[in-house]
Amino acid sequence: MMQEGLDDGPDFLSEEDRGPRAVNVDLQTDAMLQVDISDALSERDKVKFTVHTKSTLPNFKQNEFSVVRQHEEFIWLHDSFVENEEYAGYIIPPAPPRPDFDASREKLQKLGEGEGSMTKEEFTKMKQELEAEYLAIFKKTVAMHEVFLCRVAAHPVLRKDLNFHVFLEYNQDLSVRGKNKKEKLEDFFKNVVKSADGVLVAGVKDVDDFFEHEKTFLLEYHNRVKDASAKSDRMIRSHKNAADDINRIASSLYTLGTQDSTDLCKFFLKVSELFEKTRKIEARIAADEDLKLADLLKYYLRESQAAKDLLYRRSRALVDYENANKALDKARAKNRDVLQAETSQQLCCHKFEKISESAKQELIDFKTRRVAAFRKNLVELAELELKHAKGNLQLLQGCLGILKGNT
Amino acid sequence: ALTTGNMAASSDRNPPPFPTAEESEPGLCDMADADSDEGEDIFVSNVGSRFGDTSNKLTCVFRFALSQSQKACIFFISQLTCIQEEEAKDSFDVDVAVTNPEKVGDGMNAYVAYKVSTRTSLPMFRSKVFSVRRRFSDFLGLYEKLSVKQSLHGCIIPLPPEKSVVGMTKVKVGMDDPSSVEFVERRRAALERYLQRVVSHPSLLQDPDVREFLEREDLPRAVNTQALSGAGFLKMINKASDAVNKMTIKMNESDTWFEDKFQEVENEEQQLRKLHVVVDSLVIHRKELCGNTAVFAKSLAMLGNSEDNTALSRALSQLAEVEDKMEQLHQEQAASDFFIFAELLGDYIRLLGAVRGCFDQRMRAWQRWQEAQSTLQKKREAEAKLLWANKPDKLQQAKEEITEWEARVTQYERDFDRIGMTVRKEVLRFEKEKAKDFKSQIIKYLEAMLQSQQRLIKFWEAFLPEAKAIA
Repeated sequence: MMQEGLDDGPDFLSEEDRGPRAVNVDLQTDAMLQVDISDALSERDKVKFTVHTKSTLPNFKQNEFSVVRQHEEFIWLHDSFVENEEYAGYIIPPAPPRPDFDASREKLQKLGEGEGSMTKEEFTKMKQELEAEYLAIFKKTVAMHEVFLCRVAAHPVLRKDLNFHVFLEYNQDLSVRGKNKKEKLEDFFKNVVKSADGVLVAGVKDVDDFFEHEKTFLLEYHNRVKDASAKSDRMIRSHKNAADDINRIASSLYTLGTQDSTDLCKFFLKVSELFEKTRKIEARIAADEDLKLADLLKYYLRESQAAKDLLYRRSRALVDYENANKALDKARAKNRDVLQAETSQQLCCHKFEKISESAKQELIDFKTRRVAAFRKNLVELAELELKHAKGNLQLLQGCLGILKGNT
Repeated sequence: ALTTGNMAASSDRNPPPFPTAEESEPGLCDMADADSDEGEDIFVSNVGSRFGDTSNKLTCVFRFALSQSQKACIFFISQLTCIQEEEAKDSFDVDVAVTNPEKVGDGMNAYVAYKVSTRTSLPMFRSKVFSVRRRFSDFLGLYEKLSVKQSLHGCIIPLPPEKSVVGMTKVKVGMDDPSSVEFVERRRAALERYLQRVVSHPSLLQDPDVREFLEREDLPRAVNTQALSGAGFLKMINKASDAVNKMTIKMNESDTWFEDKFQEVENEEQQLRKLHVVVDSLVIHRKELCGNTAVFAKSLAMLGNSEDNTALSRALSQLAEVEDKMEQLHQEQAASDFFIFAELLGDYIRLLGAVRGCFDQRMRAWQRWQEAQSTLQKKREAEAKLLWANKPDKLQQAKEEITEWEARVTQYERDFDRIGMTVRKEVLRFEKEKAKDFKSQIIKYLEAMLQSQQRLIKFWEAFLPEAKAIA
C-alpha cells in the first residue's frame, strides 16, 4: 500500500482532488455545465489542451463535445472578462500561468551533454528522474488550466458569457495570437497607471466599514501570501536537491558494494537499496509539498490579486461617482449642461452600486473558498507527510533489523 | 566478538562518562596472580563485560604481560601460524577519550588544549585511570615520531586530522560563533578517533612514545610539525609511489596477493572519494534546507497573523511551528550527515593512503635487498680480480667487505620477508577494523535518521487535528 505510485512517478494528480477548484453545481437554472481537460499533448514549444464539455444548457448544439485549445486562447478568454465592464463587480478567476518547461528542457539537455561522464546506470536513473519531473510539470499546468475553466463554469454570471461558450464550442482555432510588442507595452503602461491610480484611490477612505476592512485585509494578506509563496518554493527546491544527493549516494554505495563479495560489500548493497527507496519517498514528499502547499499559496496569490483588482475597480467607480456629483453641483450652479451632468451622475451611481453589491458577495465567497481550500490542502498535506514519514520509518526499521542481525 | 573498548565511539558530542578511580572494575583485581611481568600464561581470557559501558561493546578482556623473550617467541610463532588466527588475539583493554577543549592564552598565540583521558588495565601504565592536557601540535608530534619509526616495518600508521590555518584563526579570535564551535568539535572528534586507532593497534600501543603521550604531564613541545601533517605524509607517499614506478628492476611477485591487494586499495580509495564528494553536497543542501525552512516558517507565521478566519489563522500558526521544528530536525540531520558519515569517509580515504604507503615501504625494502645483492656481486668480482692480480693486502680488505655485504644481503632479505608478513597482517587487521567501523558508523547514522522520522511523525500527528478544525 505504500508502494503504490512510488515507482511510476508522481501520479498524485490522478486522485480526486486537483487543487482548489470549485465543485460544479447546478445553480438557479436547471442547466448543468461541466468542464474539464480530458487530454493534453506536449509538443516542441506548446501544449495543446483538449477541453471537454458536458452541458444541458440550450445554448450549445450538443450535450457533450470537445475542442483543442492552447494557452494563448485561455489568456484571451481571461482578458475578455477583465475588459468587460459588465463584470467589473466580480472577482475574475485568475489566468493560468504559462506552461514553462524551459528549466526541465535545459536539464535534459545538460544530461545529454554529460552522458559520457557517468555510468550507464547513473545516466538511465537521471533520465528517468528528469522525465518524471517533466511529467509532473505537465500535469500541473493541465490542472491549473482546468481550475480556471471550472471557476468560470461555476460562476453564476460568467458561465453565461458568450466568449466562454465560443471558447468551449467553436472547434476551429480562435486565431488569437499572443500580444505583440506594442500591445505588451500598452499593457505595461496600463499597469503602471493602474498602480499609481490604485495608490491614489486607496487613499480614499471608504464610508462602508466592510469594504474598508477588506481593503486593509487584502493588501496585507496579498503581500504575505506572496512572501510565503516565494519562500515555500525555495524550501521545496532545497528538499529536491537533498533527495537528488541521496540518489547519488545510493549509486555510489552500490558501486562500492559490487567491488567484492565480502561482508562489508553486502552491507553496502543493503544500505544502497535502502537509500534508493528512501530518496524516492523524499522526492514524493517534496512533490506533495509542492502541490499542497506551494501551489495553494501561488493560487491564492493570484486570487487575492484578482480580489484587489475588484476593490480597485469599485474604488475607481466611487471616485467617478463622487466626481460626477461634483460636476452635477457645478453644472447646477452654473445652470449649464445640467441634464448631461444628471445622466452622467446617474450612470456613475448605478455602476457604483451595482459593483458594490456584487463585490460584497464575491468577497464573502472568496473568504469561504479560501478557508475551504486551505483546510482541504492542509489536511491532505499533513496526511501525506505522515504517510511518507511512516513509510520511511518502516524502511529504516526493516533495514536496521537486517543490518544489525548480520553483524 | 572481540573488540577494543569503544567507549569514545559510543558518544557523540558529549564527553563519555568516566568512572572515577573507585568504580574501576573489581574483576580485574581478581587476576592479580597474572600481575607479574615474569612470563605467565600469555592470554588470560575473562568473559564478562567490563568497563560498565552502557553500550556493552566490550565482551572480553585480555590481560597480558610479556617479557622480551616472550615477545620474540610470539613473533616467531606468528610467522608459522595462519595470519587469520593471529587476528583474533588482537584485543587490548585501553580506552581513550579526547574532551573538554579549552582556549589557552590570547590573541594569535592562543591555542586549544584538550583533555586526553585514558582508562586501562595494562600494567605498563602508571595507573588505571589518568588524564593529561594536550594540544593539536602534540598529536602531530606523536604521529611524526611513530611514522618515522614504525612505517619502516610496514605498519599502517593512523593519520591525525588536517591542520587548518583558517579554522584555527577563527578560533583564536573567539570560540563562540557557530562555525568555530563546529570546527573545534570536528577536530576534537577527529583527534579522539585518531588516538583510538593508535591504541587499538597492538604494535603501536607498545611504543614508548605512545605511552609518553598518554601519561606524561609535561610533554616537550613538538617541533617541526610544519613539515608533517596528514597531507604532507600523503604527498610523500605519492612521491614514493612515483619513485617505485620508475624502478628499473621490476619485482617478480611469487604470489599476486600484494599486487591484487594494492589495486583493490586504489580502487576503493577512488570510490570513497567520489562518495565523499556527494555526501559533502548533501550536507550543504541540508543546511540550505534548514535555512529556507526557518525563513518559510516565519513567513507562514506572518500569513497566519493576517488571516482573518480565526481557525485558519490558528492552523497556519501551528503549521509555522511545525516547520520550525522541521528546521531543527534538518539541522540535526545535517550534523549527522557530517559528523558521522562524511568524517568516516574522510578518515578512510586518508587511511587508505597510509595503506598504500606501507606497500611502498615493502617495495623499498625489496629495492634495498636487490641493491645489496648487486653490490655483493660487484665485491665478489673485485675480489676475483684481486686474486688474479695477487695483492694480498687489498685481498684481505676485499674478503672483509664481502663478508660484510653477505651479512647485509641476508639481513635485508630477512627484513623484506618480515615486512611482507607485517604488511599482510596489517592489511587484514585494517580491513577488519574498517568493516567494523563502517558498519557501526552507518548503523549509527541510520538510527539517527530513524529517530528523526519518529519525531517527524509526532509533529504532524499533532498538527492534523488543528488542520481538521478549520471551519
